[in-house]
Amino acid sequence: MPTRQTSKYVVVKEYNEPIQAPDLSFKSWLRWIWKQVTSMKLAIILLLLLAAAAIPGSIFPQRSADPNGVTLYFRNNPTSAPVLDKLQLFDVYSSSWFSSIYLLLFISLIGCVLPRVGVHYKALRAEPPLAPTNLERLPEYKKIEATNSIDVAVEYLRSKRYKVIATKKDIRAEKGYLRETGNLIFHISLIGVLISVGLGSALSFSGQRVLVEGDTFVNNEASYDSLSPGLLYKTSDLTPFSLHLDSFWTKYDLLNPTNYGIPIDFTATVTSKLATGKAQKSDIKVNQPLIMPNAKVYLTGNGFAPVLEIKDPDGSISFSGPVVFLPQDKNLTSLGVIKVPDAKKQFGMAAFFYPTVGKLSTGALTSVYPFPVDPVLTMNVFEGSLGLESGLNSNAFELNTHAMKQIAGGKSGTKAIMLAPGMTKALPDNLGTVKFVGFKRYASLDITYNPGEIWVLLFAILVLLGLIMMLITPRRRIWVRKTATHIEIGALAKSRDEMLGKIVKELAKQIKKKSK
Amino acid sequence: MNSLVTLNPELAALSRIIVLAALTVYSVAFIVLTWSLTIKAGAKKQTSPLSTKLDKIGFALMWVGVIAHFIGVLTRGIAAQRVPWANMYEFSVTGSFVVTFIYLVAVFWKDVKFIASFVSGFVVLIIGTANTLYYVQVESLMPALQDYWLVIHVSVAILATAFFMIAAALAGILILKTTKRFKKMNILKVFPNEEKLERLSYQFNIIGFILWSFTLIAGAIWADKAWHRFWGWDTKEVWTFIIWTIYAAYLHATTTRGWEGRKAAWLTLIGFAAILFNFTIVNLYFKGLHVYSGL
Repeated sequence: MPTRQTSKYVVVKEYNEPIQAPDLSFKSWLRWIWKQVTSMKLAIILLLLLAAAAIPGSIFPQRSADPNGVTLYFRNNPTSAPVLDKLQLFDVYSSSWFSSIYLLLFISLIGCVLPRVGVHYKALRAEPPLAPTNLERLPEYKKIEATNSIDVAVEYLRSKRYKVIATKKDIRAEKGYLRETGNLIFHISLIGVLISVGLGSALSFSGQRVLVEGDTFVNNEASYDSLSPGLLYKTSDLTPFSLHLDSFWTKYDLLNPTNYGIPIDFTATVTSKLATGKAQKSDIKVNQPLIMPNAKVYLTGNGFAPVLEIKDPDGSISFSGPVVFLPQDKNLTSLGVIKVPDAKKQFGMAAFFYPTVGKLSTGALTSVYPFPVDPVLTMNVFEGSLGLESGLNSNAFELNTHAMKQIAGGKSGTKAIMLAPGMTKALPDNLGTVKFVGFKRYASLDITYNPGEIWVLLFAILVLLGLIMMLITPRRRIWVRKTATHIEIGALAKSRDEMLGKIVKELAKQIKKKSK
Repeated sequence: MNSLVTLNPELAALSRIIVLAALTVYSVAFIVLTWSLTIKAGAKKQTSPLSTKLDKIGFALMWVGVIAHFIGVLTRGIAAQRVPWANMYEFSVTGSFVVTFIYLVAVFWKDVKFIASFVSGFVVLIIGTANTLYYVQVESLMPALQDYWLVIHVSVAILATAFFMIAAALAGILILKTTKRFKKMNILKVFPNEEKLERLSYQFNIIGFILWSFTLIAGAIWADKAWHRFWGWDTKEVWTFIIWTIYAAYLHATTTRGWEGRKAAWLTLIGFAAILFNFTIVNLYFKGLHVYSGL
């Protein structure tokens, strides 16, 4: 412990009054509790608790940020995962324990700060306090032999922007009110941030949509692949507009040998149209969302969508169109599922798309380059009920082959179907033909709206300004007293203030100068 | 920022050599400054002429090192045609340059000469680690990083780290000085008293805290632009928040009786440990959106 006795600065005392033993009446008991809740010590402990409580959220996958990670965790740790889930370790930041810590912290903050607003308001209008009887006891003190008037000190302090009250015999001066003002702005703005975040998220929505080149998205509930509205958001409030994906394209680095083939730019060119308005062309990029009224459109992913045409043996078309494939690696080897419920005999296919096909040493195919130089599509065919009616296989990217029989690829005895663009091949078991018409690019779009955002930013900026104000402004009180033979100066700071001594010295110098 | 640039691997290789030269100079500075400390510790009076001379040599070496270091950082940036802080190697090298530079400038502003050997030792450690474990070739920026917020957000984070580092060194000395077992050690008598250490540490911490708050806000603004939300509890966001909260607790501690001094100094060390953890373990082993280590 550094010894306080030798310390030259003064510690803020308001929060540090010793804890008195409670007397027995209910009211004073309540008051004692409130004092504990708003004590600075509790604030420190709650802040540290909050920091500690945030840690597990960076260790365990969180449903909010990484839902797939949670699913994977459950699969890999079937015994411990449910226990962790009970403890809300996959939802740390909305968990009851994390919430109770920060709510208690904010109650403590409000309890601490609100009364100070009134006190500070009064202090701003009040005169600097009366001098203590014994100036000698103050952290800074100087006694000068002088008999002249103390007007020079008044002038000096006023020029340094002190609030000064002076008589012929004594001066009381104070400055640095901005310190407390900044402190209050900082804390109150933090409450503002919390409220804006809360209200904002309740009034917000975010949705995802995969859009293939040439397709149009219309901003209504049905057009979303997934939509998560906040508690107070009505999906009927979606602003109507349409968005057509004209083209998607990736720029690769073909210039630097060390960097060859790395994507350096993704651009989705879209045509947007409001219900009342002209069509407008714009580019969406990573870091460059499209701003629509009450919605921002972000580019979050991309991939290939091979276009297929499947015909029954009699020539009637049972499937036609682009299928969205999910990229599996950085060269965009992509996995897709084609379900053909409208065929004479139901079947499905698990397919791979290789933008530029190559062979691994094992003989398996892989993509060796993300740009389509030599695109190839391979398909494993499964015959049997897709189970779409029962809700089985409702995930577009999964083929549940449980009740199906593999008739091409794998161990079926028949080779997987392999196609280059434009080629047609017969499907086994007399299922008809499949044509690989070509491929398109698709863009994954996130559409979000959060009205709290601007308020969060505003309060965050106030937090920062308040912080700077409070940390760079020293609050100082200076008293000057004239006796028959001497002039005494005493000074007090509200925070650690190494300039205080120098200021007193300077003031003494000014007075001495005049006394000569 | 997203146009295709021509990288210059030869210049990057030269940059690496220059950084290693700076490392060598810093190492010599570290030895000289530590030697000077031990002389001071042994001397009856606190200023022996030899140690004063050694200090001068040490600081001159640090200046030489920092100039070479700056050239290394600059050439790396020119080789990559962008700001030199887009992966862990670059962040370490640029960050350690800023730490040293801020320290050498701070010496004119505050009496913090006595932690010179700590700073040079720390910088040697950082560059050494970066060079052996984190080195990567120059690469162009991935689309997510192509934004002016990369310049603002990361450079302010580096600055904040520099101030926190100096504060942590001061707090570490304060703790040693007030630990019963070490109190009597001669070497600790070389350093200023606890009150001064505490005050200096506070002054560097508050600047660090202001800069860190700015880093957090700037990061949120950028995240809103690049990741379609301003805050999503990504692992790096979590740790930025944790660090902010620890230093907020520290600030409260400095004005609370019973918490100033040693306890507040411990909070400074915990805060800085969290910064180092955030930069190393979180970058390399935690899953998240800030996957920019380049490793």
